[in-house]
Amino acid sequence: MSVTLKINGETRTLDADPESPLLWALRDELGMTGTKFGCGIAACGACTVHWDGVAIRSCQTLVGDLDGAEITTIEGINTKAAEAVQTAWNELDVPQCGYCQSGQIMAATALLAETPKPTDEDIDAAMDGNVCRCATYARIRKAIHLASDKMEG
Amino acid sequence: MLHLLQKPLEAAQPSRRSFLKISAGTIGGLVLAMNLPRAAQAAAGDGELVQPFVHIRPDNTVIVLSKHLDKGQGTATGLATLVADELDASREQVSAEFAPSNPQVYANTLFGVQGTGGSTAMANSFMQYRQAGAAAKAMIVAAAAKDWDVPAGEISVSNGVVSHASGKSATLGELAGLAAAEDVPAEPVLKTPDQWVYIGKSFPRVDVKNKTVGAPNTYTMDFQLDGLLIATVARAPRFGGKVKSFDATEAKKIPGVVNVLQIPNGVAVVAKSTWPAIKGRELLEIEWDDSAAETRSSDVMMAELKDMTTKPGLKVREDGDIDAALEASARVIEEDFDFPFLAHGAMEPLDVAISFDGENAELWLGSQIQTIDHNVAATVLGIPFEKVKINTLWAGGSFGRRAQADAHPVVEATTLAKAMRADGMDAAPVKIVWTREDDMAGGYYRPMSAHKVKVGLDENNNVTAFKYTIAAKSIIKGTPFEQMLMKDGVDHNMTEGAHDTTYAFPMMNMDQAFQETQVPVLWWRSVGHTHTAYVMETMIDRLAKEAGKDPVAYRLEMLKDDPRKVAVLKLAAEKAGWDTPPADGRYRGVAVHKSFGSYVAEIVEISFRDDDTVKVEKVIAAVDCGTPINPDNIIAQVEGGIGYGLGAILRNQVTLTDGVVEETNFDTYEPIRMSDMPEIEVHIVASNEAPTGIGEPGTPPIGPAVANAIAAAKGNWVTSLPLAKNGLV
Ligand code: FES
Ligand code: FES
Repeated sequence: MSVTLKINGETRTLDADPESPLLWALRDELGMTGTKFGCGIAACGACTVHWDGVAIRSCQTLVGDLDGAEITTIEGINTKAAEAVQTAWNELDVPQCGYCQSGQIMAATALLAETPKPTDEDIDAAMDGNVCRCATYARIRKAIHLASDKMEG
Repeated sequence: MLHLLQKPLEAAQPSRRSFLKISAGTIGGLVLAMNLPRAAQAAAGDGELVQPFVHIRPDNTVIVLSKHLDKGQGTATGLATLVADELDASREQVSAEFAPSNPQVYANTLFGVQGTGGSTAMANSFMQYRQAGAAAKAMIVAAAAKDWDVPAGEISVSNGVVSHASGKSATLGELAGLAAAEDVPAEPVLKTPDQWVYIGKSFPRVDVKNKTVGAPNTYTMDFQLDGLLIATVARAPRFGGKVKSFDATEAKKIPGVVNVLQIPNGVAVVAKSTWPAIKGRELLEIEWDDSAAETRSSDVMMAELKDMTTKPGLKVREDGDIDAALEASARVIEEDFDFPFLAHGAMEPLDVAISFDGENAELWLGSQIQTIDHNVAATVLGIPFEKVKINTLWAGGSFGRRAQADAHPVVEATTLAKAMRADGMDAAPVKIVWTREDDMAGGYYRPMSAHKVKVGLDENNNVTAFKYTIAAKSIIKGTPFEQMLMKDGVDHNMTEGAHDTTYAFPMMNMDQAFQETQVPVLWWRSVGHTHTAYVMETMIDRLAKEAGKDPVAYRLEMLKDDPRKVAVLKLAAEKAGWDTPPADGRYRGVAVHKSFGSYVAEIVEISFRDDDTVKVEKVIAAVDCGTPINPDNIIAQVEGGIGYGLGAILRNQVTLTDGVVEETNFDTYEPIRMSDMPEIEVHIVASNEAPTGIGEPGTPPIGPAVANAIAAAKGNWVTSLPLAKNGLV
């Protein structure tokens, strides 16, 4: 079956098993490996991408459901929020091993697009699904606040 | 000296015991294609300075070659900092790459082979990488002196610019080619600490940019190569199980599956991409032979461990007749502790890529002990050492998981590559991908352990004798590390942090007993300290209470001969405001521990939610890891080490039912998450001592500090982990 969708603004046609998760289509069919595999069961957030601007888990999103969808991955984010997030992540040296950070950045960007001045509770709620085994959470929190300031400035 | 495996592993039956021991001295003889500076220099392009630890390119980039794996702990940045400082390079021009596998040039000087672990990266590289930077700078200066016809002593280098009072100036890159013709100084002059420009200040991480844009080919999981196939392996559900028979008919029907092959430790499904490799494996029908497998449940194994602690074991420390001393005491406090198996749960599951054409092999992986991986690959493939190339890639965490003595992922990848060739799949490169379930149910856990402590007290509640017995499976016994790390049959890794305590007990005896099981065990961030610190620091709190003393004051009294521990404890207490009581509903706990040469004190503040579960609100840490090379990275590692340890004591355990692992993914092995993470403050003690480790030392104190805070609220100490088992999470 073939599915036509937009990925990072480009129209792509995927010739894939409709039951195949978007995660593997991105990584293996399109060679876009910025989106990570962490658990495969929607328990870690490493595979987070945006579907029409909303953060979703690509390991649990089936290609067959995506006809006409607009997907954004870490390779394609370029909004004001995304730029602020990436800059803040660099300024605070957030990543350690870095493997979770694509997902963290996608989740944080979606949060700030929706809630430009998040409280700590907003951050807990939006980010709790994104595991970081290096436990960089303290810096992620700081970086989200910093990105929020940058967006204002 | 570490001894390594060399004898051909029977490819069909790799066993840890079949490793022939050769000394590290012999390894050199194997390395024909050694990266001799001169040879490498001759092979380099024009205009480049090529040294073993640093390359300076004509485009003015400075590449530091990290002999250590960076799995998040910041080592590549640390090594870059050392070179950049002595070289006086600018921050912007410096980046890091992983060094090739070559034990003669890139050995960890504390191990004798190339490898990373035990928080040794900075300790063993501090002089070596500074010397490399200083030597390169001396060569640059000598070249400039000749070129400009001025005395070398009048030339200065700052922020990547070489200059002379006459107005002459050049970049490092412009002089690199000329510098390559200069002699390498045998003993380059190093800066004095007051001349450092980056060490002890800050140096931004060299890997952050790539890790915030999802850059390709950073991790093995993302590694791409033309025609690369993906394999999953169905491994025995019980440790030590073997394939009896299998039927791959249905698996082979999945489009994209190209082959199904039996290998020594399971059945491999080889596919064009990952999804069919995962789907195909689900459809395999395999009958397993469990005759030699571990079929016990973990509670049965724990009962055995507890029983072992009631009997005399191997003597680890023996100050005197402890039973007589306990007998003579006014009273004896006895306590039993138990700790579960823990999985490392690194964010990137295990993975290895290999390309093998029958004569040459190339591997790509987050290689933590390159010399072992390299030797094992050559041995299994039956080709010479120099025909194997190991490419180290950034690893998405390790926490000990990638530092295996048996290189089992490499054994698996090489046996698969051989099986594929034997089946006519010539030179097809393949990557074995572990799913989260494979990684978590795959063993190599922090050993489960049982501990028994008996402390004798006199009439005034002073300690008279401290008797401590640990039972667990040894991480070292039966591995190539045994020779180096075990003495007289005793595994000191199991008891580190306890047998060497600096608490002033008049008498301490320590015993250990080894459990035999097929469940493979491995070091887990901070190794023995993960359990000994918990036992020692909760017992000390308890003894303070018996003596009617404040926990900090009691420790200071008992640590008289350990000034560095005293200093971190005092600093943490001061920063946490220990002398003033916490706010209503808040409780404090303290712990201080030395591991890997570094001292860490942590003071936590907890509260209880409405359902009486614990919330860790705040952690104040004080750290002495010798000369702080990169303070911001020290802070990051302590933050992460606290989070990692806290997650484990809150909720984590791996249990077995009839030998089968119950917790196989992050839904049942619930990792620490954003809302669990306390506020953390890290204070670093100023020091001129040699730098010591920081990847692990933040982890041991957090568990006991939280337990002590719970005891401050409830009056008793948790002795069976995780806290979730006690209704506290
Ligand atoms: S890989 Fe999708 S949530 Fe973990
Ligand atoms: S930085 Fe390693 S898992 Fe998040």
